[in-house]
Amino acid sequence: MNELFRRLLFLPEQASEYARDVDALHFTVISITMIGATGVFLAALFFFLKYKRRSDDDVTPRVEPSTLHEAIFVGGPLVLFLALFAVGFPQYMRLSTPPEDSMDVYVQGKQWMWKFAYPGGPSSIDALRVPAGRPVRLLITSRDVIHSFFVPALRVKQDALPGRYTQTWFKADRPGRYEIFCAEYCGLSHSAMLGELVVMPQADFDAWITQQRRGLASAQDAAPVPGERITPASSIVEEGRRAAAEQGCLKCHSVDGTRHIGPTWTDLYLREEKLANGKTVVADEAYLTKSMMDPAADIVAGFQNVMPSYQGKIPSPEVAAIVEYIKSLRTTAVAAGPSEGPVYESVPRK
Amino acid sequence: MSEATEMAVPSYLAHHFETLEKQQHAARLGMWVFLATEVLLFAALFAAYAVYRYLFHAEFAEASRGLQTWIGLVNTIVLVTSSFTVAMGLDRSARGHGKGTRALFGVSVLLALVFLVFKYVEYSHHFETGELPGRFYRGEIPGPGPRLFFTLYFMITGLHGIHVVIGMTILAVIGLRAGAGRYTPEYNVPVELAGLYWHLVDLIWIFVFPLIYLI
Amino acid sequence: MNPSLASDSGYNPRNYLNLPATGLRSWLTTLDHKRIGVMFLIGTSISFAVGGIFALLIRIELLTPGPTIMTAMTYNRMFTLHGIVMIFLFMIPAIPSGFGNFLLPIMLGAKDVAFPRLNLLSFYLYVAGAVVALYGMIYGGADTGWTFYTPYSTTTVTKVVPILLGAFIIGFSSILTGLNFIVTTHTMRAPGLTWSRLPLFVWSIYATSIIQILATPVLGMTLLLVAFEKAFGWGVFDPARGGDPVLFQHFFWFYSHPAVYIMILPAMAVISEVVCAFAHKNIFGYKAVAYSSLGIAFVGFFTWGHHLFTSGQSAMTGGIFGVLSMLVGIFTAIKVFNWTATLYKGSIAFRTPFAYFVGFLFFLVFGGMTGIALATVSLDIHWQDTYFVVAHFHFIMVGATVMAFLAALHYWLPKITGRMYPEGWGLVAAVMIVLGFNFTFIPQFLLGNSGMPRRYYAYPERFWPLNVASTAGASVLAIGLLVVLIYTLAALKWGPVAGANPWRSRGFEWDTPSPPPPENYDVTPVYTHGPHEYDEPTPELPPAGAVEPKHV
Repeated sequence: MNELFRRLLFLPEQASEYARDVDALHFTVISITMIGATGVFLAALFFFLKYKRRSDDDVTPRVEPSTLHEAIFVGGPLVLFLALFAVGFPQYMRLSTPPEDSMDVYVQGKQWMWKFAYPGGPSSIDALRVPAGRPVRLLITSRDVIHSFFVPALRVKQDALPGRYTQTWFKADRPGRYEIFCAEYCGLSHSAMLGELVVMPQADFDAWITQQRRGLASAQDAAPVPGERITPASSIVEEGRRAAAEQGCLKCHSVDGTRHIGPTWTDLYLREEKLANGKTVVADEAYLTKSMMDPAADIVAGFQNVMPSYQGKIPSPEVAAIVEYIKSLRTTAVAAGPSEGPVYESVPRK
Repeated sequence: MSEATEMAVPSYLAHHFETLEKQQHAARLGMWVFLATEVLLFAALFAAYAVYRYLFHAEFAEASRGLQTWIGLVNTIVLVTSSFTVAMGLDRSARGHGKGTRALFGVSVLLALVFLVFKYVEYSHHFETGELPGRFYRGEIPGPGPRLFFTLYFMITGLHGIHVVIGMTILAVIGLRAGAGRYTPEYNVPVELAGLYWHLVDLIWIFVFPLIYLI
Repeated sequence: MNPSLASDSGYNPRNYLNLPATGLRSWLTTLDHKRIGVMFLIGTSISFAVGGIFALLIRIELLTPGPTIMTAMTYNRMFTLHGIVMIFLFMIPAIPSGFGNFLLPIMLGAKDVAFPRLNLLSFYLYVAGAVVALYGMIYGGADTGWTFYTPYSTTTVTKVVPILLGAFIIGFSSILTGLNFIVTTHTMRAPGLTWSRLPLFVWSIYATSIIQILATPVLGMTLLLVAFEKAFGWGVFDPARGGDPVLFQHFFWFYSHPAVYIMILPAMAVISEVVCAFAHKNIFGYKAVAYSSLGIAFVGFFTWGHHLFTSGQSAMTGGIFGVLSMLVGIFTAIKVFNWTATLYKGSIAFRTPFAYFVGFLFFLVFGGMTGIALATVSLDIHWQDTYFVVAHFHFIMVGATVMAFLAALHYWLPKITGRMYPEGWGLVAAVMIVLGFNFTFIPQFLLGNSGMPRRYYAYPERFWPLNVASTAGASVLAIGLLVVLIYTLAALKWGPVAGANPWRSRGFEWDTPSPPPPENYDVTPVYTHGPHEYDEPTPELPPAGAVEPKHV
């Protein structure tokens, strides 16, 4: 049944449980609405044929609706539409709340390419590699204009906005290759801003990411494409360290655990911080990013509100890099932290 | 607005209305509807101001403190007074004293000029200190906040200033016509509508002043 | 009955077309709402043709997956201009400023609108805006899409500013027309014409006018801010200067979503008249149809957020906008049910305007239902910015609104020109247009399902067959529209004289001769009942014995 509907409606394959659930709702909604529409239209057609004009002087009775008619006309669609909404909204909520154990990937749209950065170093252009069966959270931003990250097979779409992060998530259930489109018009090569989602078995993915960290990608399937695609930058953590130094973050925040003007960054990530207003907060990506943009909002207890806002002063990729740098400063992470040079890889477009 | 001139022909009544009363009702209603669109025009700017004030709270507060509140205050008093003289002018017109209307509207126009002079002083100060919108900002406050503040500041006060100039012109024209005896106690809708427009210009300033200068 | 009821069936020689004069000058300086309405109809029809040619070029380009007849840059300009011309120059003014101007005062029994000079000014603002936008189109065009999303629109090298200013100026034309109609409806009704006797056309146009005056200023300001940002770097929406591009989207859709109802409510206005006139039946549920127009206008202001489901707004916000969008569907459903119920026990004449009513009903019901599916937020995530959305709004805005425009054209052509169109050709064209529309846009729904994003110049080959089908449908549609254009122009000269009331309609506008005299009525009408009451025989008809009574 699912397969029949899917083919009938030209939907792409379903690469996740979420996609299957969305499609199930899709089939229900389309069936109900199309049956409803056909019903109304057939009633009209029946009237066209039954009440054809016989003479130009026909006199027609005056028919007025009763309260019952009005109630049905209003109540019927109201109940139906709200019911449809009530079914659809939890799915939307599900897509807005990524599971806690998800793997993070930073997505950056740029005219006209997608850049994916993984925690701990590697990044890639236009090819998003993820392990099958594991939830992946995408933290999406743009470097220039608005883009929209769209994987039809996952039924997932999220705008990439310059200067801020949006998020979405998915759990691809089996290995395969799927199209990534840009869905928000972004200029000349909008329709060429394609990417590929490569879902790999967990073991393959682990092997791949280890190799990436070792800088062995040149031996892998894809050699770097010549041209401006490759920016000679260090790994994302390195870039974060450089950006933090350039922006002057390190003047107030230490990276060795000593107390300074601002809280130290060592082991800051996921630390429970007590705030000046008495609340506590977990220093996750959202908090760290927010603290750069709006430092006054959540001041850690015992510190002064002296940090200026960096909203609009740091390009979003650098924000991401700084967050990754802070994440790398966990004491466990520092030990196992990547020290290899940058690795980029790219897949040729079809 | 162009209806005002049409209605001022000696016979007052336009060909497509049956009674003068109906015509005046239409003119008043038209003016109120027009004022509603004016309010929404400013509403868009106020909404943008509110959003950015929320996003860049500290910087907006600092930029706002840099304004000369006393000029804003004086201008508020000037405009409220001019609204008062306009209301008195309308009262004279309703009693058939066209010359009184002319004098009082004249006072209002002068007060509007005072308002614009203060505006000029204020603007030239901003030009000197480089407190200009967007990429022209050369002020001292860091960050994007003050740039946005001055963009919105100039948009709001500039648009309001244009309205002041339009309102002044209308008051001057209608005041002169009233002085020439074009209106009677039975027919003084143009005077009434000119006054209504001026009250709106005043009212918008009443919102602009606390929003930009005080908060 | 109305004392001024026209009994003659010939061509009225004392009409607005030749009085007070016939020269071009007398037209360009006219204050007569009928002439202004006709000028709007000519202007919007030309815009429709221009926008249609852009649409055809787009469809031809999409005939193959790669480049076909133009470069990507040209293509991007083409769909931008198609959107701008169709929305700002055709759809928004066509029915309200064109047919509305012509009919509203006649239906109210008035001699003119309340402010004839503002009315003429409105027409010239429309022309001025069109000229400014045309300048931008010829010298560079814009490649932003009609939505002008920042920061793309403020960074592109194309001529966005003149087009923004053009839209800004046309906005004032729209505001003035709306203002005029509101005041006219309130103050110019003939004796006896109470609110509960107003033709439903007037109710819908009134609701449209409310949206026009309240939403358009916000768009005007927003476009102006973008123009300032582009021209002078006064960034308000530019993230590089701390601005918020999503704020632009909120402002833009705060106008542009209600603008959808500026386009569809007048279509509903036309249909409410056509269905009564051709079913010879009083409307079923007058109050429900009238108030649902106001309901749409009101709720339409609070649904704009459904354009931003994927922009990162909070799930809560998304939910609220989803529910409110559903409510708009209910008001539309009320209208659809009432129109359908009006046919019950009617006396239906299947003439060309009625054929377009059938097309309208089809597009509104099916297109509206896809709207309900879209408001089911989780489904929208997949469909957002794909061809599904394109097909959805073309079903409503082009399907339904253009059907209503054509229905209006055929229904009121005898009133406006005093001459009849050829019925046979009319039906042939109607069938072609309805079928052509379906063949154009049903494949686009499926393209959207399969994931093809909108505004794509090139596309993967799996989308190819459906694109070919869509282009084929578009060509049928184009030929159908061409047929309408040809016979309408021919009918102006050679069409048979229609007489005052060729449809035996009891809409108020048919009480005056065709074409109407300059003052609309020879005698000011006095109303004792509402329009479209067909439950007693027409006075000049044979005695009741000849007609079979059908009382319940």
